[in-house]
Amino acid sequence: MNWEVVIGLEIHAQLATKSKLFSGAATSFGAEPNTNTTLVDLGMPGALPVFNKEALRMAVMFGHAVNAEIGMTSVFARKNYFYPDLPKGYQTSQMDHPIVGSGHLDVALEDGTVTRVGITRAHLEEDAGKSLHEDFQGMTGIDLNRSSTPLLEIVSEPDIRSAKEAVAYVKMIHSIVTYLGICDGNMAEGSMRCDVNLSLRPKGQQEYGTRTEIKNVNSFRFIEKAIYSEIERQMDILEDGGKIVQETRLYDPDKDETRSMRSKEDANDYRYFPCPDLLPIILEQSYVDDIKASLPELPTQKAKRFEEEYSLSEYDSGVLSSSRAMADYFEIAAKVSKNTKLAANWVMGEVSKFLNQENIEINQSPVSADALGLLLSRIEDNTINGKTAKDVFQCMWLGEGSADEIIDKKGLKQVTDTGAIEAMIQGVIDANPAQVEQFRASEPDKRKKMIGFFMGQVMKASQGKANPGLVTPILNKLLNG
Amino acid sequence: MFDQSIRSLAQKLRQKEFSSVELTQEYLNRISSIDPTLNSFITVTDELALKQAHAADEAIAGGNTSPLTGIPVAHKDLFCTEGVLTTCASKMLHNFIPPYESTVTGRVKMAGAVTLGKTNMDEFAMGSSNENSHFGAVKNPWNLDTVPGGSSGGSAAAIAAGLCVAATGTDTGGSIRQPASFCGITGLKPTYGRVSRFGMIAYASSLDQAGPMARSAEDCAYLLQSFAGFDSSDSTSAETSTQDYLESIEAPLTGLRIGLPKEYFGEGLDSNVAQIVMNAIKEFEKLGATVKEISLPNLNLSIPSYYVIAPSEASSNLSRFDGVRYGHRCSDPQDLLDMYMRTRAEGFGKEVQKRIMVGTYALSEGYYDAYYVKAQRIRRLIKEDFVRAYQDVDVIMGPVAPTTAFGLGEKTSDPVAMYLEDIYTLSVNLAGIPAMSVPAGFSNGMPVGLQIMGNYFDEAKLLNVAHKYQQATDWHTQTPSLVKGA
Repeated sequence: MNWEVVIGLEIHAQLATKSKLFSGAATSFGAEPNTNTTLVDLGMPGALPVFNKEALRMAVMFGHAVNAEIGMTSVFARKNYFYPDLPKGYQTSQMDHPIVGSGHLDVALEDGTVTRVGITRAHLEEDAGKSLHEDFQGMTGIDLNRSSTPLLEIVSEPDIRSAKEAVAYVKMIHSIVTYLGICDGNMAEGSMRCDVNLSLRPKGQQEYGTRTEIKNVNSFRFIEKAIYSEIERQMDILEDGGKIVQETRLYDPDKDETRSMRSKEDANDYRYFPCPDLLPIILEQSYVDDIKASLPELPTQKAKRFEEEYSLSEYDSGVLSSSRAMADYFEIAAKVSKNTKLAANWVMGEVSKFLNQENIEINQSPVSADALGLLLSRIEDNTINGKTAKDVFQCMWLGEGSADEIIDKKGLKQVTDTGAIEAMIQGVIDANPAQVEQFRASEPDKRKKMIGFFMGQVMKASQGKANPGLVTPILNKLLNG
Repeated sequence: MFDQSIRSLAQKLRQKEFSSVELTQEYLNRISSIDPTLNSFITVTDELALKQAHAADEAIAGGNTSPLTGIPVAHKDLFCTEGVLTTCASKMLHNFIPPYESTVTGRVKMAGAVTLGKTNMDEFAMGSSNENSHFGAVKNPWNLDTVPGGSSGGSAAAIAAGLCVAATGTDTGGSIRQPASFCGITGLKPTYGRVSRFGMIAYASSLDQAGPMARSAEDCAYLLQSFAGFDSSDSTSAETSTQDYLESIEAPLTGLRIGLPKEYFGEGLDSNVAQIVMNAIKEFEKLGATVKEISLPNLNLSIPSYYVIAPSEASSNLSRFDGVRYGHRCSDPQDLLDMYMRTRAEGFGKEVQKRIMVGTYALSEGYYDAYYVKAQRIRRLIKEDFVRAYQDVDVIMGPVAPTTAFGLGEKTSDPVAMYLEDIYTLSVNLAGIPAMSVPAGFSNGMPVGLQIMGNYFDEAKLLNVAHKYQQATDWHTQTPSLVKGA
C-alpha cells in the first residue's frame, strides 16, 4: 500500500535567560550538582515562584518570528506528577492559555520547494532536574541545577510529511531561536530537544492513523534517523495487518531503533489546574508592539537581502544566513575586504572547512571576521594571490599573527615588478625548449590548455609570489613571440 | 503581667520597669509550668528567645526601638524559621529545620520582637479543632475538656493562657478567627495578598493568609503593622501600600454603616451565640453606627466550593513531601513507588490524606469541570455578593462560628459536622476580604467571638471598629482561671 507519513513536532528550546524561570538561580551549564539552586528550585516548603520577565520577552519575540497570535492573557498551570527530579511534585507549565498561539512557518526544502508548517502553540514551562543512576550504589542521585530552567515548548501542527521536512523545520526553528538570541541552540547539551509524533495513513485517507511519540531526540541527524526507523517499524506492522499501539517510544541511536517506553494506559493524569502562586500574565499591546518593532532580521529576511544587496546566488545566501553568527561573520569579512563574492566563497569554503575539521562553531573561530577581511583585502590589492592566501590563512588559524605579519615574516608578498616577472618567464622558456616548441606548433585552442604548464613553472620559480594577473599577458606575449 | 497590652509592656520596657530578658524569662517559666496541660507549643526556643531579649534590651538602651522591641511572641509552626524546627504539626516534617526565614517571621524579628517558640496547630492547617496534630491535641484554657478551635489553635490557646503576648496565625477557611472566637482573643485575617506567603508552608495557596492574633485589636494592629506589605518574593502579594493601622484606630464610629447578613442568623446558629452577637450590634449602635440587614445569598455554597478548591490546591501543594529531599522518609524503601507510598502513608495524618484524595479526585480528568471549574464559578458569585454589599455598608458583622468551643473528640467522627463549623468563615477566604474575630461575651462560661468583615484592604477600618468596641466593653480583658491561678 502507499502510505502517507504524518508528523508533528514538539520542540523544547531552553531560553537563554541568565536566571531561571521562577528563581534567581543561574542557568549556566555544567556546574557542580545542586549548586545552581535556590529554595524555589529545591521545592522547599513555603518557597514561592517569581516569574522571570526576560523569559516572557523571549517567548513574545518567538511568537512574532513565527507569525503567531500573542496570548495577551496567559496563565501558568500546574502539571502534577511524581518523579524524584521534579522537586515540587508538579511542573509549572501553561495549558489553556499559552503565551504564543497559532502561527506558521514557510520551510524551504533542499529541492527548492517551500512547505508551510502550522504552529499550534508555544508555551513557557520549567524544566525538571536530572536523575543520575550511576555511581550511587543502587540509589539514584538527584541534581536540581536544571530544575526551573525556562523552556519554550513549540508545538507544530501535524503538517510534516517526511523526515527531510521534519529536519528542515527543526533547522529553521533552530536558526530562528538562535537569530533571536533566545536559545543557544546547543542540542548536545540539551538546549534544544525534540519529540516526534508520527503516524501513517493510506495515501488519500483523511483521518489520521494511531500515532506514537518519540521522546527527546537531540540532534538533526538523530531526528532524521529516528523518523526513518519509526516509519519502517510502523509500516511493517501495518503491512502485516497489525495495529499501532499509541505509546511513547525512545530512540536508541546505537541500535538505530525506537523502543517502547510507556503505553497510553500507563500515562499520567496530570491534573492540570491554574497555578495559584502565579498571577495571570496580562500583556499590554504597546509591550507586544515594541518587541515586534525591535525584532532582529530573521534568517529568511537576511537571505533575501543577501541575494539583493550582494548579488549572491539563492543557495549561497541561504547557506550564509543559516546562522546569525555565520551571517555576521560573512558581512564583516565582506565589508573589510570590499569584495563580497570573495568573502562569501571564503566563508563557505576555507573557513567552513577548518571549522568542520575541528568541529567548532563559527563564533569560536580563531580567525576573526575582521582578520579574514584583512587577509582577503590583500588578495584584492594584489599583495598575495589566492593560493598564498590559503597558506596565510592556515598560519592565522594556528595563531601565528595577522595576515600582514605573516606575509611580511614569510616574505610572501607578490612580485608585481613586470621586469622581474618577464625575466622569470624568460628563464622558464629557456629551461623548457621542447615544450615551447610543441606549444608553438599547436593550434590556438590547444595552446590554451598548454599554457597551464608554463604558468605552473612560473609560479614554482616565484615560490607562488608572482601575480597571476601579470604573468598571463607576459607569458602569452613571450610564448607567442 | 500576663494580661498587659503591647503598648503598656513597651512603655514599661522603655522605662526600665523590667527588662526584656526578665519579661521573656517570666513567659518561659510560665510556658514550662502551664503548657504541659495545654500543649499549645510544639517547640519552645528558650535560648533563642533569651538571646533576642538581650539584643532587645540593648536596642532599648540605645533608644533604637519599635513598638514590638522586646515583646515575647510566638509563631504558628507553619512559618519557616531559619534553624528552628518547623513541623506543620506533621510527622512528615517532624525533623525539618528550614534553611531560611519566612517573610512574616523575619519581619517580626526585624521589628525586635522575641520569639518564644512555635505553636501547635492542625496538621498542615487542615482542621477546625486542633485535634489533627501529630503532636497531640491542644486544650482550650477556658475549659480543658474542649477544643481551642483550629487550625491556629496553639496560638489562640497560648495567648488566652498568657503564654505569649501575641502570635501569628494563618487563616485559609477560618483558622485565625474560629480559634480566636473559641479562646476569647482577638484575631485578624487580612485581605488576600496583604501579607506575604513566602515561607508559609502552603495548604491552599489562593486562600491562605497570615494574620495577627492577640488579646486586643490594638495589639493586633501593632503586630500586623510589622509584617504587612508587599514582598517581591510572593507574586500574589499586593503592591497596594499599607495603611498606618494605629493612626486611625481611635476614630469615632459615628455614621459607621454595619451590614447584618440575614444568612448568618439562620438555622444551625446557637441561640446564645446569636444573642451575644446581637448585643454587640446594639453596643455599636450606641457608638453611633447604623445597622442594615443585607443578603449574601451564596453563603450556603461556600462550604462545597471551599471543600473542592482547598483540597485541590492542597493535593498539589503537598506533592513535594515525597521523602526525596527533606522530612520523613520510610525506612528501607524497596523501590521508588514503595518509597512514595509508605513515606506519604506514614507521614501524613488521616485528615490530610483525606483532603489530598478529595483534591486529587476533583482535579482528575473527567471531573475537573464538574468540580474545580464549578467551585471557581461559585467563588466568583460569593465575591460578587460581598462587592455588592460593600456598596451600601462599611463593615459586615455576624457570628464567627455557630457554637462555642465543642468538646474534645465530639466531632472527630463526624466530618460533615466539623466542616459545618466553618460556615461563617469560609466565604471571607473565598472572596479574599479581611475579617476579624473580637470577643463579645460568654455562653455558659465559654467565649463567643463577633465577626467583623471589611472591604478589600480596609484592615485599618476593621481595627478601628474593633478597638472602639473594646474600649466600650471588657470581654477581651477576661482571662481564664488558669491564667489567674498561675
